[in-house]
Parts: sequence; structure tokens; C-alpha cells
Amino acid sequence: MAEPTRTPLSLRERRRQPRGEELVPAETLKSHLPGVEPDRRLNDWGRSERIEGVFDATLVEFFYRHWFRAEVEGIENVPSTGGALLVSNHSGALPPDAAMIGKSIREEHPHPRPLNITVEHFFKGYPGFAMLTAKIGCVPAHPANVHRLLFDEEQLVVVFPEGRKGTEKLYKDRYRLRRFGRGGFVEAAMRARAPIVPVCVVGAEEAAPVFAQLTLFKKLTGLLYFPITPTFPHFGLLGMLGYLPAKFKIRFLEPIRFEDEGMHEDKALVQTVAHDIRARIQENLWDMLALRKSVWFG
Amino acid sequence: MTALRKQPARPGARDSAMDSRRILVTGLSTYWGGRLAQALEAFDEVEAVIGVDNEEPRVELERTEYVKVGAQHALLRRVVEAAEIDTVVDTRLVVDSTTTTSAKAHDNNIIGTMNILAACSGVDSPVRKVVFKSSAHYYGCEQDDPAFFDESMARPHPPRTPIERDIVEAEASLNEFAEKNPDVTVSILRFANVLGSDVRTSHIGLFSLPAVPMILGFDPRYQFVHEDDVVHALEHAVKSNLPGIYNVAGDGVLALSEVAGLLGKPYAPVLPFWGTGLAASALRRVGVNIPPEALNQLRFGRGLDNRRFKAAGFDYGYTSREAVLKLGEHLRLHPLVRGAQEPYRYEREVEDFLRWSPHVKNAREQSLGSLNRDQLAELQRLVSGYARAPEPVTDDQEQRLQAAERAAEKAVQRAKKAEQRAAESALEATERAKKAERRAGAAAEEAVQRLTAASERRDAAPESPVEHYDDLAAEEVIALLASLEREDLQALRDYERRHANRSRVLSAIESVLARRETRV
Repeated sequence: MAEPTRTPLSLRERRRQPRGEELVPAETLKSHLPGVEPDRRLNDWGRSERIEGVFDATLVEFFYRHWFRAEVEGIENVPSTGGALLVSNHSGALPPDAAMIGKSIREEHPHPRPLNITVEHFFKGYPGFAMLTAKIGCVPAHPANVHRLLFDEEQLVVVFPEGRKGTEKLYKDRYRLRRFGRGGFVEAAMRARAPIVPVCVVGAEEAAPVFAQLTLFKKLTGLLYFPITPTFPHFGLLGMLGYLPAKFKIRFLEPIRFEDEGMHEDKALVQTVAHDIRARIQENLWDMLALRKSVWFG
Repeated sequence: MTALRKQPARPGARDSAMDSRRILVTGLSTYWGGRLAQALEAFDEVEAVIGVDNEEPRVELERTEYVKVGAQHALLRRVVEAAEIDTVVDTRLVVDSTTTTSAKAHDNNIIGTMNILAACSGVDSPVRKVVFKSSAHYYGCEQDDPAFFDESMARPHPPRTPIERDIVEAEASLNEFAEKNPDVTVSILRFANVLGSDVRTSHIGLFSLPAVPMILGFDPRYQFVHEDDVVHALEHAVKSNLPGIYNVAGDGVLALSEVAGLLGKPYAPVLPFWGTGLAASALRRVGVNIPPEALNQLRFGRGLDNRRFKAAGFDYGYTSREAVLKLGEHLRLHPLVRGAQEPYRYEREVEDFLRWSPHVKNAREQSLGSLNRDQLAELQRLVSGYARAPEPVTDDQEQRLQAAERAAEKAVQRAKKAEQRAAESALEATERAKKAERRAGAAAEEAVQRLTAASERRDAAPESPVEHYDDLAAEEVIALLASLEREDLQALRDYERRHANRSRVLSAIESVLARRETRV
């Protein structure tokens, strides 16, 4: 298996426009999006409502309601229409946070909308994962994908700017946010003029604590990382789902809006906003942790 | 090869102003060259269609002239200059490595393209437009690809297979040509995987197997374009001025498992995820031909952003899904009708006789020309002067308008006769001329009445928005749908439910309606 290459969340260098070629306005292109074919079970991203529905009604439902007993605040900060970029902290060997955020929007929001989860390109290249991830609403974290979802299709997208650094971190570093990449997510939102909704998730760190990372096994299996958790690897792959019943709390913060065109070209502004968002999430995480009386009962 | 239906109004065409008159089609013996030449012949604005190739054409052509010449630029240049070619359409590109050896493909794709461009370049060249048929293999298929490639994206990794290398290099030489010849319009069309009943591609080969082969654990995204849309797209690029690169792919990206479902076949994850290439070469031994450029596609898949070409005025006849369904129908029917048709064979003497012998009566040319241009213009002025049509003329009114025109024409002729006689006797003539004029006026008024009556009848009659609807086959109805308004579509749906109730037509109407709604 080839080592997955990482794509920065900024657009790759654009090819020079050939001479004489007119640029089509983005709004015109938007109107030419393909229509919905009612007989299809999958959408153009490969998402299958049927398979997602099965997961949602069984596994996700069980974890959300009975295992993690998720508590949600600030759901009104998720817009009911238009594209919006949710930015969250990330943790856990097989992170349960994305699924819980998606479920909370479906359950608590007055206008439930599907959530597109950006994932590493790795999943597209690993057998099995490649089939499944797309079907349940995961989209490879390519800047062009995020832009199309936010701007053209006006959907909800969740990104984890910490990326792999977030899920790799050990239990002792819990709730300490890693570096927020290169701020590509801010650039994507500014380009699409979509609001950013910061999200804080408490509980995921304790639900799937990682005690160590084994580099040798990571290389042998071709996986992204090979963690030692309470149930993995000694219970096999299913052990990845062996979450501890920590209490989940999800807090949606006030959206940050970008109305002006061309903001994404200002690199300094992008970095400042990225830092600002990271600080806000970190601050709210400390706040939520200070209020938490018990890891298991909230 | 089947003969083509000749449709005057194509679904792919919105504007009809064509500045290409003398067209050179390279690769006439390829499927695309032949079909494009057939399509271009149907346009009256096109004065000459000349096809060049090493091999003889494999489809019946009415007036395309075939010149047996390969890609030798000196000879081609002479052809181009002698015939004052203004548009060159290059359809030769080999995009499927199963069709020929990689050395031949390389010769054809790189050396051939260079030669053809050399024949078109230079200050004194008459060529004003070059249309190049390329392939979405340009982008390749990789793990970190975007879900939808748009035209401005460079491929993220260097090409991996010979065919991909060829395509990238051929496009590079086209870009160079465009830079050196700034007054030539260069259009590059990148086509997704083509499906259809007549064309042969390796993917159609895979889909014809009893089960669709897949790589274990992968379900790649695929986008297709129907063969008719390919021809219409090339035609559209010839007709309009489209500098730059355009992706051509039907709406909708399907998962391979979905494709198998639409074809009504099981899918077989027979290829292992490790050593896929090895397994593919083993399968090649037993006759299952999976080309190397398809292996990565079977793993990672590819989607294209087709909106730019749509914004350039092209309407697709088929979505990806419809193209697959169409292929499925063909595959089921194919074993039954195979061999029923004699393949076309090119005979130089016969073709020359048909084109040049004075004894051949050409129905096409006779239908033109009973009226000269001035007469027509005069008539039109007359008719439009009397009949200020209150609403845009629709197809079904056009016939009535023509009837009115004929009546008016008669009146004009009568008026002219009267004028002649006026030279003989002035007094009598003025009277008669006045009478004739009155008659002309009356005729035109009658025409107006007929027109309004017709439109009233049309408004009053709710039964079907398309005339002779019941005579149309399902495909023809579906082809018409794109041109109908929302209300008409709804009326048509109700009508179809009540009468023929064909499920294909109904679902097509539904999908067009749904598409309209999402666009609003």
C-alpha cells in the first residue's frame, strides 16, 4: 500500500488559463449543477441514504443515546440553510466525534440536514474502508471537495483541522489542541463565503483513549496509525469500536461569518482567524471540562 | 455499423450560427471520425467535409470526401491549403490501450498530433479552429484526487500508464500550438468513459461479461458519456467558438456497484487489492482485457465537473445513469440481433460515382433552390408586415406560417404579373394591381387569422403538447423533453399516464421535472 500523501487544504497551484478562454462566473456554474435523479440510491459523492440509514438506526443510535448519552448545547448556531463549515476538535483511535456531531444535528436541529464528514485520503485507498466511508457520508478532505460542498451544493461540512495529529495523540495529552494545519479550512470557508461554526466535543478522549502508538505494526498493516487502546488490538478490528461509556457533551459555538469576497487571498488574515478559532475551541473545552463533575456521568 | 438518423434539430445545439464551412476530420476510419463526418454532412452551412485517414471509412458517408493519407504533415498541409480548410477536428486519439499496441498508440497520439498541428500552423494557414478529442484519462485516478476534476486542475501526479503519458503530451503540444497561433481557436474536449451500442471500449467489454469485475474492497465512482453525446459535443465545438478545455461527461457520478445494478448483473470482486496488475495480466490470458489505465480507475474512480461545457450551451442527451441503462438494453438485445446487418464496406469507385457522376440525382440539392434568396426575403418582409405575430413562433405554428407564406407568395406573383401588364395598358393595370394588392392583403390577413386560430386551438387543446405524440417512440419522446416547458411537461406526464403509460417515458419526465425544480 502506498504511503498516503497528504493534501494541504488549500487549492493546488492552478494551471494558467489558456489564452482566449473566458472564465465562467461561479454563479453560472452553480446553476448548472446536475439535477437529482429520483431513482438513484446514491448521490454523486457515493453517499447512500440506505446504508447511512441502517448505520444511523443501529450503531450510531445506540452510541448516541445509550452509550455516550450525548448532551448538546448551542444547536441553534448551526444554520438551517446554506453552506456552513463545522470545525471541531478531534480525538480517539477510531474517532466517534464526527458521527456524534452528525447525529446531534439530525436529532436536535429544527431542520435536520445531512453532514458531510471530511476524512483523510487514506480511506479512499484502503480496501473495505474505501467502499464504506463514501457510503456513510465521508468525503476526502480535498479543498476542491470542500468548496463544492460549501459553495455549490450549500451543504454542511465538518472538518477536523488537527487531522491525524489529533487522533494520534496519547491519553496524557487529552483536550490539548494540536496545531490547526495551515489554516486551509478558513481559506475554504472564506472562498465559499460560508460561515464557520466551531464545535467542542468533550468525552471522546475518554471514550477511546490511546495509550501508545506502534510504528512497526502501522507499517505492516498499512493503516494510518496502530494504537493501543483498552480493546485494540487484542479484540481485533471490532475492538476499534470498543468505546468506554464516557459522557459526551457537544457545544456549538457562535458562527463566524465571512461576507467579503477575496478574503481568502489574505494569508495573514487566514492565519489570524485560524488561530482565533483554535483559541475559542480550546477556551470552551477548558470551560466544559471545569464544569464536568464526572467523566462517566457528566 | 448502423446508419445514423438525421435530425435537423439536435438536443445538443442551442445556437446555430456556424462559422466553420470547410472542415477536415482526421481519423475518418475511427468510430468517432465517421460519426462526426456523418453529423456534419447534415448541415447546409458546411460546404465541404474532408476526411483523412490511413484506412478506409467504415461508415456510409453521403458527401464527405475521403483522402487516404496518414499523418504526414507535408501531404496534409497540401490538402489543407488546397481545400482551404478552416476547421480541423482531430478524432484520432487512442485512449484505450487494448485497441492497439503501445508503440502504435504512441506514434498515433504524439507524432500524429504533432504532424497534424504542423499542417495547420503558419501565418498563411487557412485554419481558424482546431477541435481536439481528448480523454479524461488526462487526469488519471489517484488516491488524493478531488471528487470532481474541473478543467483548471492539473493532474496531481505524473502519468502512470503509456496512454496517460500520450494524452498529457498530446495536450501539451496543443497548448503550444495555441500559444504560437493566437488567432486559431483551440478547443480540447476531455471525454469521460464512453458507453453506447456501437462503440467498442474496454469498459463496455468489462460490462458485457456475465458479472462486473471489481477490486475487492473498492467501489469506485464512475462517470460516463453516451456515444451520441460525444458526437454532439464535437459538433457543438465545431459550431460554436469555444477556446480552451472542456470536460464532457454526463450528469451524475455512479458507484461501480450501482452500474452493475443498473445493468442487472452481479458484481464480482475478483481482483485482489494487492497485486492487482498481476491478476489483471492473468485475466488477460483468459480473454478478460483490463487495460492498465483502467486498473487505477477500478480502484479509485473519477468524477468530472461537467458544468463548464453546459455553461457553454451544450445540453446532454443522457445522464450517466441513462447511458448505462441504454447500454444494458443493448447488451440484452445484442445476442439476438448480432450479424443481422451487413457491415459497410468502402468501395472507392462506387463512392466516386455517387459523388461526381452527372447521372446521380441528388435529392438533397433538388429540394433547395426553387425560390431564390431575394424572393424569400421579400416574402418574409411582406408576411411579417401584415402578420405581427403576437407570440414566438413554435414548431407547430411554423408549418402554418409557411402555408401563409405560400399564399402570400402567390399574391406577390400575381401582383408582379399585373405590373407586367401595366406596361401595356396603364389604366387597366393600376386597377388590376390594386386588386392584386387587395388580394395579397386578404391572403395575408387570412394567414394571420389562421395563425391566431391555430394558436387558440393549441391553447384550447389540452391533450398533448407535442404534435403526433402517439406516433413517437419512447426514445424520441425522451429526446424532446429537454425542449419543453414545465407546464407542458406536466401535461405530457398526465397524458402519458392516461394513454401509453410507458414507465421509461414517465420516469424520464419526472427526472426532467425534478432537474428543473432543483435549478430554480
